[in-house]
Amino acid sequence: MSNMVALQGHFAVSEAARMADVDVVAAYPITPQTQIIERIAEMVSSGGLNAVYIPVESEHSALSACSGAASVGARTFTATCGQGFLLMHEVFYWVASVRQPVVMAVTNRAIGPPNGIWCDYSDAMTARDTGWIQMFALNNQEAFDLILSGFRIAEHQEVLLPLMVNLDGFTLSHVIEPVVLPEQEDVDRFLPKNCHPAVLHPDSPMTYGTVLMPDLYAENKKALDVVVRDSKTIICKVWEQYGDRFGRYYKPIECYRTEGADILVMSMGSLSETAKVAIDRKREKGQSVGLIVLRLWRPFPFEELLSATKEAKVLIVLDRCISHGGPGGPVCAEVKSALFDTRHDLKVVGFVGALSGRNLSVDQFEDMIDKGETIATNGSEEAYQTVGIRE
Amino acid sequence: MPEDYKPTWQEMKMSCIITHPGADSDAKTGEWRYQRPILDKTLCNKCGLCWLYCPDSSMIPFENGFFEPDLMYCKGCGICAKECPKQAITMEEEKF
Repeated sequence: MSNMVALQGHFAVSEAARMADVDVVAAYPITPQTQIIERIAEMVSSGGLNAVYIPVESEHSALSACSGAASVGARTFTATCGQGFLLMHEVFYWVASVRQPVVMAVTNRAIGPPNGIWCDYSDAMTARDTGWIQMFALNNQEAFDLILSGFRIAEHQEVLLPLMVNLDGFTLSHVIEPVVLPEQEDVDRFLPKNCHPAVLHPDSPMTYGTVLMPDLYAENKKALDVVVRDSKTIICKVWEQYGDRFGRYYKPIECYRTEGADILVMSMGSLSETAKVAIDRKREKGQSVGLIVLRLWRPFPFEELLSATKEAKVLIVLDRCISHGGPGGPVCAEVKSALFDTRHDLKVVGFVGALSGRNLSVDQFEDMIDKGETIATNGSEEAYQTVGIRE
Repeated sequence: MPEDYKPTWQEMKMSCIITHPGADSDAKTGEWRYQRPILDKTLCNKCGLCWLYCPDSSMIPFENGFFEPDLMYCKGCGICAKECPKQAITMEEEKF
């Protein structure tokens, strides 16, 4: 049994946190995340959610409070974006390195100045090296599902890592879409209690995040990296179990009309749904074009990327973030690096666009595909191309 | 961490959590000291201010009433010598 309701992205996220029966939420408001935590504060004050809500004075404190809560084994949730995300940055490393399964929603927002409250991925990309699991939702249903399954992944005994679910600021957070909510008893069956193997208690004092001298530090880092990499297996397994129970299956990379496609487009987040319409149009015109959607960003799905691009000749990657002075967008750079050893025949063309909520229409997607195809043949002196940016 | 703890990354304990209290006693953190407190017992009136002020709890009370530094942990900061109302403690440079 389940019921379909119309929900903003915000409320889908806060509903997922409620159904996961979180114990502690510490958060600081920032547009466009505010309504997530307002809603959770309402739930706590009205008795609809039996949790401790800690209103803090900054995002640095928010994640620090979550870290403290997680260290005693509480199921912990927070949300942020944009500048607030950056203020959390130091604590990202803390939470990941001491293996605390905090789950966080990020309503992606541009980084200022120039200040822009609208969506791009400049915030999330800064956390790629911190040890967090990072995934991107396509729509509000997915935001709900990824948060709910996210608790099970993060708290899994072989994972024990923090996890962030990215949903596009405004485009998803403020837009009402139909969302299927499961029955609470099914959620309870799916999501076991958080049983962290090393929780603080007055009877069993421990030290987290200790100083390590140079002769121990590197082993610790390598060990963490292997845990993050290996978490992909558990992520896929939990998504499979989630699908079996709730009927919606997720994969690190989703392929859309890729069969026999010479040209592939890669996108993330809600723009992928716009891209699907562009792909449909291209296919109607007889062009052999497909879409691959990158849902899981960390750990990066290397094998899945190789498999999804096996038959392609051209791969067009759209980044909603610039790496100033670097090779273009971070996603394209990563994709090129992942393919470098084995796919010399595959031309990868990087585009940067849709920054700070700039709209990217279906027509522009089609133009981008045409331009990418031309550049794949003729080459370009630019490190990356732009789409929808006046020049 | 005990000094002989040299694990491979596979043997590394989860996030290097120290699961037993008092693990500091495994580490000899006084190694970088360049000067040490020397107590003149003829001047000392056993008031205990050195013990109170020591930021590293390295002044150890003895049954005879005197306080002497535990050189395994004393960093040689000199606060005890500075605070001693009887000037009974002087800092002497370590010879390496």
